[in-house]
Amino acid sequence: MSLGSVPLKYRIQIDRQQCMQCMRCVDNCSYGVFREEDDGNILIDSRKCTACHRCISMCPRDAINLSERPVDYRSHPLWTPEAREDVINQSRSGRIVLAGMGNAKDYPIIYDRLVLDACQVTNPSIDPLREPMELRTYLGQKPSKLDIRKQENGDFELNTKLSPNLELQTPIMIGHMSYGAISLNAQLSLAKAAAKTGTYMGTGEGGLHKDIYPYQDNMIVQVASGRFGVDINYLERGAAIEIKIGQGAKPGIGGHLPGEKVCTDVSCTRMIPAGSDAISPAPHHDIYSIEDLAQLVRGLKEATEWKKPVFVKIAAVHNVAAVAAGIARSSADAVVIDGFRGGTGASPKVFRDNVGIPIEAAVASVDQKLNDQGIRNKVSVIASGGIRNSADIAKSIALGADAVYIGTAALISMGCRVCGNCYRGLCPWGIATQREDLVSRLDPEVESEHVANLINSWTLELSELMGAAGINSIESLRGNRSRLRGYMLDEGTLDVLQVKPVGA
Amino acid sequence: MCGIIGVIDRHKQKMNGSGIKEALSLMNERGSGEGAGYAAYGIYPDFEDCYALHIFFDNLVEPKSKVDDIIQKWGRIVHQEEIPTKEQPNLKRNHVPWRYFFKPYTDLMPGSLTPDEDIVKYLVMEINSSAIEGALVFSSGKNMGVFKAAGWPEDVANFYKIDEYEGYIWLAHNRYPTNTPGWWGGAHPFNLLNWSVVHNGEITSYGTNQRYVESNGYQCTMFTDTEVVAYLFDLLGRHHELPSEIIVKAMAPPFWDEIDEMDDHERALNKAIRLTYGPALMNGPFAIVVATHNGIVGFTDRIKLRPLVVGEHGSRLYISSEEAAIRTMDPQVEDIHMPGAGEPVIGRVVT
Repeated sequence: MSLGSVPLKYRIQIDRQQCMQCMRCVDNCSYGVFREEDDGNILIDSRKCTACHRCISMCPRDAINLSERPVDYRSHPLWTPEAREDVINQSRSGRIVLAGMGNAKDYPIIYDRLVLDACQVTNPSIDPLREPMELRTYLGQKPSKLDIRKQENGDFELNTKLSPNLELQTPIMIGHMSYGAISLNAQLSLAKAAAKTGTYMGTGEGGLHKDIYPYQDNMIVQVASGRFGVDINYLERGAAIEIKIGQGAKPGIGGHLPGEKVCTDVSCTRMIPAGSDAISPAPHHDIYSIEDLAQLVRGLKEATEWKKPVFVKIAAVHNVAAVAAGIARSSADAVVIDGFRGGTGASPKVFRDNVGIPIEAAVASVDQKLNDQGIRNKVSVIASGGIRNSADIAKSIALGADAVYIGTAALISMGCRVCGNCYRGLCPWGIATQREDLVSRLDPEVESEHVANLINSWTLELSELMGAAGINSIESLRGNRSRLRGYMLDEGTLDVLQVKPVGA
Repeated sequence: MCGIIGVIDRHKQKMNGSGIKEALSLMNERGSGEGAGYAAYGIYPDFEDCYALHIFFDNLVEPKSKVDDIIQKWGRIVHQEEIPTKEQPNLKRNHVPWRYFFKPYTDLMPGSLTPDEDIVKYLVMEINSSAIEGALVFSSGKNMGVFKAAGWPEDVANFYKIDEYEGYIWLAHNRYPTNTPGWWGGAHPFNLLNWSVVHNGEITSYGTNQRYVESNGYQCTMFTDTEVVAYLFDLLGRHHELPSEIIVKAMAPPFWDEIDEMDDHERALNKAIRLTYGPALMNGPFAIVVATHNGIVGFTDRIKLRPLVVGEHGSRLYISSEEAAIRTMDPQVEDIHMPGAGEPVIGRVVT
């Protein structure tokens, strides 16, 4: 008996009176929803639609309408349409279901149950338009104390040598998205934006394309288990190096870039044969303990003459605090924690939606553990995975992060509509694709401006939030739980977050 | 709100407490009758080698016997007595103030560079973190003492007979609690070992500062933001051996724009301080005077949201919220000026 097809998810309709048959929808839809018939009419195959909105954005007459789930199932609290469709699709394919972007399950969002403080009367708020507001952030190891002596002439002598730190003009960085997972134009846009805003972005595990070299001072180069594109030239070009152990969207598993995405340019950048699958193993095969990790950290530092900070990125998992404390002792300069809302080009759906823990709890517990052990100030903490706005950033910092990585938000500022089909390589916005015609749709000059605008506007909002709380230096927001209250959060979560309930 | 005043005689000539009582009482508009206190240095010459532990007891039975037990494990009580007081009609006695003169057994803290001080610090933290219900150590320095209660400045001074003490450094505080309860322990000055602090303002970075000191072995138990200042001075001054000017730079550093304009040496120094002591940076409106045996230092927040006035007369340096308070204490005062935001004013003992 045939399983048949699952009902279509989206229905596309064209208002034929409005449509002027310019065929832009046909040209723009890389998923093949629209087709021009011989008589000049436009034929629609709604089944292929991903709700990427490219057609709607490009239609000059606003003639296209999209509705979600036009055919419904019998309602059932347990057997949701998604659960049934996954069963049907897997019964048909016998494969793992892939998914793009971040966790799409309806977990409560802790950020939305945390509220920030504002000053009133006895403690004046600070107006960022009239008073200095300092968001400059340094990432890297800090000494636990300074040796400063007063000399006979009254001058102070500093006898402590600082480790190299990254200087950021805002605590917002752009997370690692590799060339391969995203297009070169997308990477270029992000790199230009990072340079414009005085911050950094990650290369991902795809190596460093020569077109990005002009922005290398704003790049953090990644060393993942596949070691793609890693050589001394690559390491030396980065402002910092990041070892990727895990990723929030798929903790505990490796990565896979299908061979069809490995074009000549990608193959050169990744240093692998064209057309071959680029598979990052789940573990680094030289790291099975903190001691092994420390060897790699120190090896990378030695290779780059101890001039660059080395970060270690892990997924937020149940024992993340203990792991982070180990990383802090491995000579790493920063620990990056990627929460279970973190985005991805492709992940098994079951991982994306079910493995890991929220970044809010992970950052709070890591900060607490490092603080309890007296080493919080030794290492920087970077939060990523599901940061949607400046309030999320302020809350992350108050929970203990030094800075955040944004990923999906930066892509949205370049046009991404979070359709979740990145793994298919057909991104009509020219972001998650290597198809030249699609890549060329993305203008790095224009999109870098959009990304920079986003970072600048969030930085301004962050200044305002800090000013409202009577804080004019980002250091004083970091780990400052007294400026947060939990609203409708259970006692256990409040305890992990070390945050009081509202009204307390 | 809150009124603060501090004075040092740099030649260690002593002043009795009557002057500072009057000066503090002048600033009663800055208080609400819910807290006042005094700290004086050089007041116990007969026990100058002992730590003077001032403790509030809820009663002299159970909590006191527990305190006796714990401190006798760590050292010798040379002398102890109830702190002399005189009942005041407007001051409700909530606790019995007691003082021990105590010498630690330094060999019990091996590995410490200052074992006697670390023993006293340990005892303060241990007793105050509810290990002993009904006892609170509010002063623990040598040859100095804090006297405080919930009440108006003159009532608190009269209660403790402040006029009868003679010290070469005095701090005083008139409290207007706005975000924490008015209680005896919450009155200023706050003290740990020889550090005493009076503070006008609210520290918006309290959560960050608190976590920093707690990760370094201190426990905040007073329900107020000021105690972290005493602990920060102990951490940075005693443990890290930083000069006062550098401690102030850590707590109220120059802005990055200013640091960027400095010469290489100054820039490197200030950058290192901000990077290393970021969690000690204090935000919010504050004016603070801190005392220790060899001097006082006063400073405000980085944008000076609270007032601070300095005056000098001969060997005496005054730091206060109000010029009128200084003039009340010393009508001949000269060189009245107002320091810049974050700029430390330091008065050192000259021997």
